[in-house]
Amino acid sequence: MALSIADLRTKKQFADRLFRGTTLAGGAAILVILTLIAWTVTDKSSLVFKSEGLNFFTERRFAPSATPAVYGALSFIFGTAVTALLAIIIAVPISLGLALFTTHVAPGWLKRPLVALTDVVAVVPSVVFGLWGIIYLAPKLVGPFQTVSGWFHGVPVLGSLFGQVSAGRTFMTAGLILAVMITPIITSITREVIETCPEADQDGALALGATRWEMIRGAVMPHSIGGIVGAVMLGLGRAMGETIAAALVIGSSPALTANLFSSGDSLPSVIALQWGEATSDVKRSALIAMGLTLFLMTLVVNFAATAVVSRSMKRMQGVS
Amino acid sequence: MNTSSRRSVAIVGAMTLSLIAAACGSDAKTATTPVPGAATTVPAGTAVDYKALKGKLVSSGATFPKSFYDEAIANLATAAPGLTVEYGGGGSGKGRSDLQEQVVDFAGTDGIVKTEDVAKFKGGQFVYVPTVLAPITISYNLKGVSKLQLSPATLAAIFQLQITKWSDPLIAADNPGVTLPGTAIVVARRSDGSGTTENFTKFLKAAVGPDAGGTWKLASGSTVEWPAGTQAGDGNSGVAQIVTSTDGAIGYVDLSDAKANKLTFAAVKNKAGKFVLPTLEATSAAANGTKINDDLTFFVGWADGDASYPIAAQTWIIASAKQADPVKAENIRGFLTYLLTEGQKLAPSVDYAPLPDDLRQKAIANIAKIGS
Repeated sequence: MALSIADLRTKKQFADRLFRGTTLAGGAAILVILTLIAWTVTDKSSLVFKSEGLNFFTERRFAPSATPAVYGALSFIFGTAVTALLAIIIAVPISLGLALFTTHVAPGWLKRPLVALTDVVAVVPSVVFGLWGIIYLAPKLVGPFQTVSGWFHGVPVLGSLFGQVSAGRTFMTAGLILAVMITPIITSITREVIETCPEADQDGALALGATRWEMIRGAVMPHSIGGIVGAVMLGLGRAMGETIAAALVIGSSPALTANLFSSGDSLPSVIALQWGEATSDVKRSALIAMGLTLFLMTLVVNFAATAVVSRSMKRMQGVS
Repeated sequence: MNTSSRRSVAIVGAMTLSLIAAACGSDAKTATTPVPGAATTVPAGTAVDYKALKGKLVSSGATFPKSFYDEAIANLATAAPGLTVEYGGGGSGKGRSDLQEQVVDFAGTDGIVKTEDVAKFKGGQFVYVPTVLAPITISYNLKGVSKLQLSPATLAAIFQLQITKWSDPLIAADNPGVTLPGTAIVVARRSDGSGTTENFTKFLKAAVGPDAGGTWKLASGSTVEWPAGTQAGDGNSGVAQIVTSTDGAIGYVDLSDAKANKLTFAAVKNKAGKFVLPTLEATSAAANGTKINDDLTFFVGWADGDASYPIAAQTWIIASAKQADPVKAENIRGFLTYLLTEGQKLAPSVDYAPLPDDLRQKAIANIAKIGS
């Protein structure tokens, strides 16, 4: 007899304990890391809050060399929000369309290469997108921007959104580059989620006489909505935190304006570009505080996403 | 580096050593009078036997002098095979905080440490050793105009977007007899925090700032509040790229990047009222017309002298005066001495201006303050 029951049990217990230990360590590590980051960032940014108070979040000027120096993050918070929103507005319809096309519309021979291609774009390093943006896209966009600006000249709201074009490096350019960057991510996740939709549900919808669109709306969407919102939020998070591509194409002129064709600046971009020559403690602390702000913004987005997902899942599934 | 220049370095090194040996014969410890002659001479008392240096120096800081330091470090490797020097770059801010926290042996900085920050340095008092200078060009791209002269007041108006066309009377007044097109002016400036921005704006502040009764309102610093509508480029190469690709563009770019990008640059009116082109000679001349403080801090821009180019950058290496480890102290002194002797001759090959002899001798005297 090779193993007694008792032997087996101790072995089992050991494996069990090992498993529990590993998972616990993993779970604890993420908490420890998060706490450490939050603590360091908060601690190191205290200096700027001592000098600026909460005005740091509401002051639009960032002028470390003025007398007295002014440290405000509002223009950068605005720039981060605007470019990330633009990216989402542009990327979400394209991603959903692309995902549904590959899963439900494309002929079999096109499906494989399409999937492979999206995945390839997803792994292109962001600096490559940034360089492409600064060398190729930004100069080429000046003309189209001017045309669009001309159409809406004098029109209320749209006229100020698509105002005067200062150069190729603008909020809109950054939004477009970010959209290109996050489209493959959102597409890939959305596609995977849609593919898990039970065949029976879809066949059932078609058997009841639904058109392809009705089937997608009635059977696929309710099943996948949680995953799709998650994918979009992941994309939004990446767009908000994207540093180098944004730094290269946003124009680095802090601005608080409705004009999407104006140069601006974003939180990650200003941190990256100003850190090296930040020679005063307060300026360094101000840049760390911007990091903290970005961290908080992503947290808010994530919590909002969780809430949206659970609510929409209830609603959509209730309807079907 | 090719073999012949390596050999010549070795020969000069040997000559320096023999000079030092001669000096040692008299009174090596107290003699501080500079030995007149070639630019490689060292005051007696700073004798360095490079071959005897052993160990490793770690440093970081200003990126502006990095290619000069890299060149000097590569050459020093032949003279001092036992010594390894690493210069990590990262910017003046990084260098200063690294030295403040004692994670590097010395740091490069393009600016002076603020008085209130001096006490924060964990290594105590530190010494400024100026190493090299470089002109900052006003590069432009204007079809049909290959020669341009600009005064500080005109530059202030251009960079604050107060004038928008190249045919503006203000520019025309600086350039009698030149036909200027009506092209729109595009101002290119840095998007990153930069010592180049700091020195350029310091020049404008000194020449046409409020204290000088001028119109420059943006103060000076590594980041200033450029008006909306200026174009931002990352690094000297980023600004150069905007200037190259845009008709009507103007920007401030250091000489080596301006040359590498084949940019055209303007002559700038100096304090003596002369229009001077950004050359290495005109930059060394500016250092001669500069007031040097006792701790060897100075600002080389807007200097006196007919031949001085008014927009230039200076850079220092800072190191703690009191070193815990005597071997480290000797290595730091050795490296800095090399920068100010052999190293100075390498400077022009990488587009930096050597220090004028007077300042160089003072800098060498400051090295002696680093001890253990």
